[in-house]
Amino acid sequence: MKYEINEEESMILKMVDDICTDVVSQRAAEIDEQDEFPEDIYRLFVEQGLFSLAYGEQYGGCEVGMHCWVRMIERISKESPAVALMVLISAIGSDALVFSGTEEQKSTILPKLASGEAKICFALTEPRAGSDISSIATVAKPVEGGWKVNGAKIFITNGEVSDYFTVFAKVEQDGEMLPTCFVVPRDTPGLVIGRKEHKIGLRGSVTSQLFFEDMVVTPDMLVGEIGQGFEIAHHTLNRGRLAVAALSTGVTAACVEAAATYAQERAQFQRAISDFQAVKFMLADMEISLEASRLLLDQAADAYMDQSPDMMKTASAAKVFCSEHAVAAARDAVQIFGGYGLCKDYPVERYYRDARAFTIIEGTSQVQKTLVAKAVLKEYAKQKA
Amino acid sequence: MADIWVYAEVKDKKLRHVTFEMVSAARALADAAGHDVVAILGETGVEDMQELAAYGADSIVVLADAVDPYETQAAAALLADLAFEHKPAIAMFSHSSFGMDVAPCMAQALGAVYVPEVVAVEAQRSAVVREAYSGKVLETVSVAEGSAPAIVTVRPKAIEAVAVREGASAPEISWAPAGSQAVRQIVKDVARKVSGRVDLTEADRVVAGGRGVGGAEGFKVIEELADVLGAAVGASRPVVDEGWLDIQYQIGQTGKAIAPELYIACGISGSIQHMAGAAASKCIVAINRDPEAEIFKVADYGIVADLFEAVPLLTEELKAALEA
Amino acid sequence: MKIVVCMKQSIDSEAVLAFDDAGNVAKEGQTLVIDPYSEFAVEKAVQLKESVGAEVVALCIGAADAVSAIRHALAMGADSAVFVEDAVLADGDPAAKAAALAEELRGMGADLIMGGCKSSDTAHAQVMPRIAGILGIPHVNTVVELDVEEGVAHAVREVDDGKVSIDVELPAVICAQQGLAEPRYPTVRDIMQSKRKPIETRPAAAVEASAAMQVLETNPKPKRAGGKIVEGETVSEAVANAVRMLKDEAKAF
Repeated sequence: MKYEINEEESMILKMVDDICTDVVSQRAAEIDEQDEFPEDIYRLFVEQGLFSLAYGEQYGGCEVGMHCWVRMIERISKESPAVALMVLISAIGSDALVFSGTEEQKSTILPKLASGEAKICFALTEPRAGSDISSIATVAKPVEGGWKVNGAKIFITNGEVSDYFTVFAKVEQDGEMLPTCFVVPRDTPGLVIGRKEHKIGLRGSVTSQLFFEDMVVTPDMLVGEIGQGFEIAHHTLNRGRLAVAALSTGVTAACVEAAATYAQERAQFQRAISDFQAVKFMLADMEISLEASRLLLDQAADAYMDQSPDMMKTASAAKVFCSEHAVAAARDAVQIFGGYGLCKDYPVERYYRDARAFTIIEGTSQVQKTLVAKAVLKEYAKQKA
Repeated sequence: MADIWVYAEVKDKKLRHVTFEMVSAARALADAAGHDVVAILGETGVEDMQELAAYGADSIVVLADAVDPYETQAAAALLADLAFEHKPAIAMFSHSSFGMDVAPCMAQALGAVYVPEVVAVEAQRSAVVREAYSGKVLETVSVAEGSAPAIVTVRPKAIEAVAVREGASAPEISWAPAGSQAVRQIVKDVARKVSGRVDLTEADRVVAGGRGVGGAEGFKVIEELADVLGAAVGASRPVVDEGWLDIQYQIGQTGKAIAPELYIACGISGSIQHMAGAAASKCIVAINRDPEAEIFKVADYGIVADLFEAVPLLTEELKAALEA
Repeated sequence: MKIVVCMKQSIDSEAVLAFDDAGNVAKEGQTLVIDPYSEFAVEKAVQLKESVGAEVVALCIGAADAVSAIRHALAMGADSAVFVEDAVLADGDPAAKAAALAEELRGMGADLIMGGCKSSDTAHAQVMPRIAGILGIPHVNTVVELDVEEGVAHAVREVDDGKVSIDVELPAVICAQQGLAEPRYPTVRDIMQSKRKPIETRPAAAVEASAAMQVLETNPKPKRAGGKIVEGETVSEAVANAVRMLKDEAKAF
């Protein structure tokens, strides 16, 4: 790791650790059970200033480095990835504004996000377009005073509860369809929030459909330039990948703790099951995954802080590794718990359900590997030439 | 030869059991060092004070002007004056709210050491043993005769009371010390919570509830079980933090240390801080819905069940067993 | 009003302890935190600052790494800190520590001196009352409620059979018990601001304490054996089995 966590960042992480231990841990199972936006935890996080960490001081924020931010996400996710998602989605939703917004947009919206007065979400995915931005079917037709938007979005985290929506649509201009980003307030006529998805995991993180029915957006809602949507989305996706890698690492850490504790308590054949090599190997694999995940995360955070050309490759590598290993760790944790691993009395069944999402959201493992392959092929093609 | 003072804990003109425990501890130390044991009573008219002789008190001192147990600063000044005059080797108090305040003040006034919350004595070495680090460490501290007396407090129920001089009697002496120092604490009001139950620290049986009880009204089932057993009622910290019960019911590091024959913990997770006050219980029964609860690692008998189902059943079963 | 809060850093009570060659508790590698009782005192002091107005100074004797506990107190809302850096004194005898703290306090002009009624690790439970004794000022122990007005502290002390309301004239020492105030989690903003608050570091003044506790040995306390789960097809059966075991095995009645 190139960047050190400074004293204030350590104190912030300690505070996050305390509220996770004292409060979030007590609510995690309930939040999963109820599958509703945890307003109480949201309020607590707002009071503690966790949403301010992604914004600069001029917007009422207390920005920290990416290393601190991903560790915070990891720690919260260790208790509840659904709760961690609530925090990270705010940063992901607003990255478009931070990087490409006008000063007026930033000074109007970012302070509200930093103070928790408003929430924002990131609306890119569509029924037929996930990571493939060029395929989005949401269209913005130029009309008097702006554009008229029609289309639909799916799997939008926090869609149900957001005040602002970062929406990607194609603008029809000079016979071309140009991917473009808008930030749309909730009360915009024609913005319809659809039904909530019922998911296997990440329950309590509300995921919704969005519909745009002749939704009129005005030029002040345009983020960056027309046709810049692709670039803006990609920038956001880098943070997104790091965030999901951190979510995954948190669940891996939770699995190691639960499994290593349980394996020493549970006896079979008159000895603790941790005495058996088969169990030891599973625990070792989980721990190796955890340590490697953290190293990859730090490396990707270094690249992010430096805005290095390797940023995308390292973020994709971290995302695919951390998420796949979280799935494996959760599988092994359930295995070590045996029959109890299937029961709601123990938390590992929740880890198992939650982890499953990580290899899919923010670009599947397959998409990430494609990106890593592209980078590695490019590197060696250069050498040959 | 010097004296070991035992300051008697009295409730409603009767000695509290911890006084006999302290006299036993003092007797052991006195025998090894060649001291006398002097019991000191802060009030007159204590009915059973001659019983102290049976446990090894050589003499009984009654202070003519009663010591108000809530006027700790005045009590500490008075007792320090007496100690300065009579020069005991050790002055022993119960680790009660009175003792834990009087002892350090007295120690400072006398330039003495203060060893808090002693759980055992090592008479041969003239030493006492105390717990530290949330009950994880035992520290052996010397109370050998020095220039100033060693002031100690003793945790109730930690040391066995043994009647080593059955039928003995001890001379009663009256002291009339003069209050010398200015009163700096002004006691405005004493709000006593009168409970029909036995005191938590002295109880042989304790039934306690934790976060799992869910609210003040949930303690009904705990109290019913306690009634059947003649037990004291206690609680873990979350119960007090939530305001379901008062802090005087709290068992644990920040609350009271208990050492009953039987401790039934209902809906208590069993944190280190809680166990610091409960680990001395002879037999622990834990009822908790969460099979992973820490309490099951230390409980002699664990029942994985909802307390609202298990506790009433336990009440019925124990009622039948005790009646049989 | 000036409030000085005496605070210490202690080993987290969740910690699994290690022992050095001399048999003493080893601090190395342990999670060190602001002592919970100090934290109650800091919180109450900050609440008084917010309600009636006060300057809150944290006073700590500690080893070099105690700075993190001091920063925590500053993040909670203390205005500044005096740090007496002395590792020997920090882990040493409570009477000596009280003497050193009293010496610092003489020059600080505190109206109210607060601190924990004991600490969660060494639990000597005497430093604060000793300070009151040395300075010749009143104190109230195990305080669970506190108000201050016109030079008088109204304290409520927890006692075995209830509560006692005690008034003391300022300057006075208040020993915090759990319940006095629920410590806040410092916010991100508080943490960032704490960085700009001054910590004055000084060596300990040479003072003499009368008597020192002579510790003969330190041993880990043996762990309780336990962990038996009473089985049963139904809860009723498990309860019946437990009662039978209590009677026959444990002879609990």
